[in-house]
Amino acid sequence: MKIRTIKRHLVEAFKSMGRNGWMSFASISAVTVTLLLVSVFLAILLNINHIASQIEDDVQIRAYIERTEKSENYDAYQKQLENLDKVKSVKYQSKEEGLDELIESLGDEGEAFSSLKDENPLRDAFIIYTEEPQDTAAVAKEVDKLKFVNKVEYGQGTVEKLFKVTDAARNVGIVLVLGLVFTAMFLISNTIKLTIVTRRREIEIMKLVGATNGFIRWPFFIEGFALGVMGAILPIIVIAVGYQAIFDIVNQKLGTVFIELLPVTPLIPQLSILMLLIGGVIGVWGSLTSVRKFLKI
Amino acid sequence: MIEMIDVWKTYPNGVMALNGIDVYIEKGEFVYVVGPSGAGKSTFIKCMYREEKPTQGSIIINGTNLAKVKERQIPKVRRKMGVIFQDFKLLPRLTVYENVAFALEVIEETPKVIRERVMEVLDLVKLKNKARMFPDELSGGEQQRVSIARSIVNRPPVVIADEPTGNLDPETAWEIMDIFKEINDRGTTVVMATHNKEIVNTITKRVIAIEGGRIVRDEAKGDYGYED
Repeated sequence: MKIRTIKRHLVEAFKSMGRNGWMSFASISAVTVTLLLVSVFLAILLNINHIASQIEDDVQIRAYIERTEKSENYDAYQKQLENLDKVKSVKYQSKEEGLDELIESLGDEGEAFSSLKDENPLRDAFIIYTEEPQDTAAVAKEVDKLKFVNKVEYGQGTVEKLFKVTDAARNVGIVLVLGLVFTAMFLISNTIKLTIVTRRREIEIMKLVGATNGFIRWPFFIEGFALGVMGAILPIIVIAVGYQAIFDIVNQKLGTVFIELLPVTPLIPQLSILMLLIGGVIGVWGSLTSVRKFLKI
Repeated sequence: MIEMIDVWKTYPNGVMALNGIDVYIEKGEFVYVVGPSGAGKSTFIKCMYREEKPTQGSIIINGTNLAKVKERQIPKVRRKMGVIFQDFKLLPRLTVYENVAFALEVIEETPKVIRERVMEVLDLVKLKNKARMFPDELSGGEQQRVSIARSIVNRPPVVIADEPTGNLDPETAWEIMDIFKEINDRGTTVVMATHNKEIVNTITKRVIAIEGGRIVRDEAKGDYGYED
């Protein structure tokens, strides 16, 4: 293909978009509406996933050491724990540290326990983090079998429920986004098809004048791509501005709580690129599949 | 120039449109194709520009056998002939100028050549002053002149017309015929299917009559021969 033909196809594509004003507008609107929904749900889904991971990462196993064990063996015990399957890290916490932590976490009421400092009822403990939060229960069971361990605590019952909730949230989110993307593809490609069906006669005529399929297809290809990309612009602006606003509010008002949203960058640039891609690909796909039908003349 | 040897065409629904056509058309000839509706006239014309593929036989135009041409090669074949239709078949969203230029853009001509040639043929069909108008702003006769301009702009050796005056009033039809005569005088072969008795009988040329998918008459200086 010669350079001037490429130029001709570009000019032709944009001219056609202008002359089919309303149809172009309809296509762009369809892309805009669906991509807006997709991007909002994607942002929500990614944040749910992010928050769920934060909560899950807080899950830890506390293995309390028998009082009779001597502290010079602790290093060896720590090694033993670290060598267990699926264990990510092990931290030693003496009973004094344990009590301090307890007092601090209880705030004012904790003061009452200060008197216990001389007669500490707690035990020395190892705090164990697993590689995958979901492995917690299994690892805890293994740890419990070791003879220097007196008792294992990991929020039995609560942890299982937490994982059920986070897993459900993720799955629902994925299904929703996938469903939306498919609806988007269907809607957008159908709108673009409509704009091309009205031009069926034109394609027929072009073929009769001796245009090759490729020659006819190119402007439609470019047009579909441009329509899809243009439709992605508004959703990107809305999600960028909106997310920044929500992020600021959440950080100001809820900053002290454990919830933390995904940072604006890289989330928004990534989402923008994804929206441009989905828009462009669906636009091209919609226009090429419909042109193909009419090329068999 | 154009040669059909034992051409048969049966449509998938069983209609036998052409039943053994043999014809030879010399370079620079002017040929009318006449016959009642449904006699196979349209199929005959469509086979010439390869909208339909014959079931059997060969059609040789400019040295190419259309019956053997591959799907991908059809555009190349069509560039060597001009085709004109009863319903003009202009691109509605392109101006007069762009419609004519399209036939040259397809073969990737340089912009300079395109400009020159388009203005040249628009001058020939006397539409130079309407180059920027859209088809729906023109009369039927003017639209047909645009379509003729488009068909000859890449200087094909053959022009095939399927009832070019069918949608036009008699006066306009004569204007169109003047252009066809002019094209033919420049050495282009013209094959024209028509129902216009007056034209065939006045501008006497070779007449091929088709009935029941066969050539029933082929006269060098013929007349229309039907009463309708």
